[in-house]
Amino acid sequence: MAMIHKFRLHDINIVLDVNSGAVHVVDDEVFHILDYYKEKNENEIIDALKNTYEEKKLKEAYEEVKSLEKEGVLYSEDDYEYDPNFVNREPVIKALCLHVAHDCNLKCKYCFASQGDFNGTKSLMSYDMGKKALDFLVENSGKRRNLEVDFFGGEPLMNWDVVKDLVSYGQKLGKEKGKNFRFTLTTNGVLLDDEKIEYINKHMHNVVLSLDGRKEINDTMRPTLNDKGSYDLIVPKFQKLINGRKDKYYYVRGTFTRDNIDFSNDVLHFADLGFELNSVEPVVDTEDNPYALRREDLPRVFEEYEKLALEYANRKINGDKFTFFHFIIDLNQGPCVIKRLVGCGAGAEYLAITPEGDIYPCHQFVGNEEFKLGNLLDENSKMNHSKIEKFKDLHVYSKDECRNCWAKFYCSGGCHANAYNFNNDLKKPYDLGCEMQKKRIECALMIQAKIMLEGDKND
Amino acid sequence: MKKHIKTLTSSNLKESASKGGCGECQTC
Repeated sequence: MAMIHKFRLHDINIVLDVNSGAVHVVDDEVFHILDYYKEKNENEIIDALKNTYEEKKLKEAYEEVKSLEKEGVLYSEDDYEYDPNFVNREPVIKALCLHVAHDCNLKCKYCFASQGDFNGTKSLMSYDMGKKALDFLVENSGKRRNLEVDFFGGEPLMNWDVVKDLVSYGQKLGKEKGKNFRFTLTTNGVLLDDEKIEYINKHMHNVVLSLDGRKEINDTMRPTLNDKGSYDLIVPKFQKLINGRKDKYYYVRGTFTRDNIDFSNDVLHFADLGFELNSVEPVVDTEDNPYALRREDLPRVFEEYEKLALEYANRKINGDKFTFFHFIIDLNQGPCVIKRLVGCGAGAEYLAITPEGDIYPCHQFVGNEEFKLGNLLDENSKMNHSKIEKFKDLHVYSKDECRNCWAKFYCSGGCHANAYNFNNDLKKPYDLGCEMQKKRIECALMIQAKIMLEGDKND
Repeated sequence: MKKHIKTLTSSNLKESASKGGCGECQTC
């Protein structure tokens, strides 16, 4: 089905041709012609708009719209669903979320992992179990060369020696098997010291550093085990790590809640601290928690994203390196459409492994027995294939809400765990998440448009 | 040269359907 999405943000009219990925900045004449373009002929449209715009300009604008359609960059058809590359895809496992510690030294109020133990017992992964996980990844990765392992928890630095041993093992295994392991680490930073910082900066392809922004916001939501704030303890360590990171990836990543809907201040605070690569995520929780976001909060959340987008665009135009994860959008060489259709790959390309060797579709499902796919120690039937098939069938065409959504090639169908937790249905997306995602995409497109328009002005 | 429309990016998804899908890119 041909589909466009048009919106106006910070005085810029933007039109997205959903199926081709083309993005156009248009004037008011074109913006309003598109309200009628598929329902009326040229004369009817001009009649409808001639009291607002000059007739000559309307005719010009109409011709330009028509030429875009002819070029295949407006109202293009969605012909991917039956594309052989999509239909015949055979996903292989290429990434593991390795839960090296089901324990934590913070007690964040919104933690989906129940303060690190995922509602189970506190435990650490053994080196032997970690080796089995890496062997399992290599065995199930087919021809894929690039493999990813994220050291996760709980807090992975609580099992630091095993992390280092597994990196060494992975490097050796990669050489033997012709694979390239990319290791990443997600940490709250409490246990960082000079030795760990140096090691992380040498061996970790990416590192995700958890912090919620301003001191009072962070310390309310992310207390230590003895109920003290964690900001003063962590920030200097993150600054030291990032200063030594050179050109390698990192992200300082926070969570915003109903208590800081003015989260743009937290994002800008990250930038002030020198954390140029950053992100904040909306908390995902049920409404019985006072800090959970509600539908009635959306207008304020949207306003905040729009405010942040304008500041962000202006900083980018002035050469600032500040990068907010959700405003990244590569319009020229973004991911291929196959990748966009299947999204995160949880349960099909991406799995989580617990300290006991249990296999789950991703970290968000850990602890829910219904989604346990197998165990690394069970040699006879390592994986429950009927459950895996269910996850392989999750893509934007298998979800009714996504199939007809303008954002489908940018959002890729959303988080499966959120869909299940809120709607008890893997194929029914979490609607609040959808609304916020769509706003972020509009902001990201607006930023690119503003940068282009300012560039044209300066040429 | 169009007077009413500036194209920020033209189609690239169509081309990527026939060439893409190698799976070597990063995998939430």
